[in-house]
Amino acid sequence: MLQNKAKILDKNQISRDNLIPILQEIQEREGFLSKKAITEVGQKMNLPTSKIYGVATFYNQFRFEPTGKYHIQLCRGTACHVLGSATILDEFEKQLKIKAGQTTSDGIFSLEIVACIGACGLAPVISVNGEFHAKLEINSVKEIINSYRNKSI
Amino acid sequence: MKIEINNKWVETFEEETILEVLKRNNIHVPTLCHIKDMLPTGACRICVVEDADSGKLIPSCSFPVYDGLKVKTHSQKVISSRKTIVELLLSNHPDDCLYCVRNGNCELQSLSDNLQVRERKIRGNKNHHKLDLSSSSIIRDPEKCILCGRCVRICEEVMEVSAIDFINRGNKTVIGTTFNEGLNTSSCVNCGQCIMVCPTGALSEKKHFPEILSAINNPKKQVVVQYAPAISVSIAEDFDFKAGTDVNGKLNAALRAIGFDKVFDTTFSADLTIMEEGTELINRIKNGEKLPLITSCCPAWVKYAEEFYPEFLTNISSCKSPQQMLGAILKSYYAQKNNINPANIYSVAIMPCTAKKFEGQRDEMTNNGYSDVDAVLTTRELSELIKTFGIDFKNIEPELTDSPHGVRSTAGKLFGVSGGVMEAAIRTAYFKLTGSELLNFKVKSVRGLKGRKEAKIKIDNLELGVAVVSGLANAKILLEEIKNGRDDLHFIEIMACPGGCIGGGGQKINADENALKERMKALYIIDENETLKVSHKNPEVIELYKNFLEEPNSHIAHKLLHTTYKKRDVLL
Repeated sequence: MLQNKAKILDKNQISRDNLIPILQEIQEREGFLSKKAITEVGQKMNLPTSKIYGVATFYNQFRFEPTGKYHIQLCRGTACHVLGSATILDEFEKQLKIKAGQTTSDGIFSLEIVACIGACGLAPVISVNGEFHAKLEINSVKEIINSYRNKSI
Repeated sequence: MKIEINNKWVETFEEETILEVLKRNNIHVPTLCHIKDMLPTGACRICVVEDADSGKLIPSCSFPVYDGLKVKTHSQKVISSRKTIVELLLSNHPDDCLYCVRNGNCELQSLSDNLQVRERKIRGNKNHHKLDLSSSSIIRDPEKCILCGRCVRICEEVMEVSAIDFINRGNKTVIGTTFNEGLNTSSCVNCGQCIMVCPTGALSEKKHFPEILSAINNPKKQVVVQYAPAISVSIAEDFDFKAGTDVNGKLNAALRAIGFDKVFDTTFSADLTIMEEGTELINRIKNGEKLPLITSCCPAWVKYAEEFYPEFLTNISSCKSPQQMLGAILKSYYAQKNNINPANIYSVAIMPCTAKKFEGQRDEMTNNGYSDVDAVLTTRELSELIKTFGIDFKNIEPELTDSPHGVRSTAGKLFGVSGGVMEAAIRTAYFKLTGSELLNFKVKSVRGLKGRKEAKIKIDNLELGVAVVSGLANAKILLEEIKNGRDDLHFIEIMACPGGCIGGGGQKINADENALKERMKALYIIDENETLKVSHKNPEVIELYKNFLEEPNSHIAHKLLHTTYKKRDVLL
């Protein structure tokens, strides 16, 4: 992992302008931005970690915890919104006892908000590790969670 | 070049902002995100004025003037726009002004008063954030934060620490540390400059009021107090004196009236510091040991070095700061001499500083299991204490400090201003090296409020290279020069706060613009007028060595008055 990061940092010209692409590439390889990663980027780029964390939290795309075994991507695009994705999100957060961007303490589920995933006909829709669940209702949230939880045992 | 302000033409200079012209002409427009002498951000828009030609609102802090510009500073449009901004800021602000640490001294409060906001027009969801009580110096209350960003900028641009930044975005934005953890795990050096610029009660010092109150009322405890050199020329401002009035005697009387059993002057131990540190400097030069020697009086600087420049830790003097030295002497020599169990001494220090609270609780700052200092109050807390006890500070009869540990030289008094430790050290080093006193004690080249001062001082055959910096950003530049091979310096004084302790993070908030200069002048006048101008002639210091410490850097002096530093592992 260390080597990977070094490569990423070498490849990208080390200037503050490249901070976001560097963070994106680290997240792509490691799944999230760890304390260690942020510290190393800070050292290489001569940037305080608070600045890096400030930039990273500005954007929805960055995570600061590893993803769970089952990574739930919840669509908050227009069509899904119109058909009630906000209440679906609330329900997931309630059932999993985490906020979007977080991972459950047992490491099984993580929740991420994404913009349109191009399946508007299926709205409101989520994708769990690439598996789509369409036309969700509040009641179906618990079932979906349980089905994956049972699988993980 | 001329511009028209409220139908009156005034002269302006090139590249001035509207705000600068307004200030020069004594026209007051409110500001929130603006910090004097820093680049404007134009973020809060409270300083808007109306362009009389186009009717547009422009932020005066960041708008450069041009010939013929016409502005109105208090048109109906301007006032209602400012009022809306304040109403929006209040929409999610806690309604607890009565209980707020900044009640009566809050910029948001006076803004809404001046703009006659008399009702909550806009109701927003209240922010819910936890208090950050993790730091031993600074408390953060994000619910009261209006996101003006001044703390972020001071921390980054003046201190080069950047412990905090804006995190998240939109209405979720907060100011916090990396990973939004407690301030105690961050690179924060506790300097408190963020408190000095905070317009609201979002940042304040950790109060030691209850502990002190119960110690004073505990008959078993002897409560001793010491105050820093800068205090006597700063506290006056809170009691209707002109900035820079020295109220040493009144301060002693007020502290006794509050109930402190003994009142000592930290300036005494500043003299003691000079004896120890001066000896260390001379020994390092004579023995060819590591140079430059760097001062250790400022606990914010020390923590900064432990985090950012651990390679310089062996350059830093092993001397404890004057606060800790006096604390250590009080719980050893003083306790012995007066037959008091050190466990029954409660030792309080009054400092213009928030980092001193952190320093006081460092593990290294103990002896036989007793903390050198038990509680630290800022200048602000002292004012509150004097008011709580209903003391008529203006009319109280002046008293003397307790003796011993109360007599001081004026060299020690100079510790309160940037360059003062250097000047005091030069006076004593000169004497120690040549056997005679300086002809002129005043070392002009290290005086003044500039962020960096350098000099070459001739002492017999030695050309002593000295540098004085205040503001950690200035320290960083100097340290980088040394890292890159600069080797003409023997002794460096570093103070975290711009101007030194007179500009410390524990001082009066929203003080008069000239207060810093006046406080500095007051210290120089004391030095000018009094006769005991060198630390090594302080009779009580001489006596302390004779009766107890033997000689500077002796074994016992090392045990009580010196310390060690360690590299700190924090997120930088």
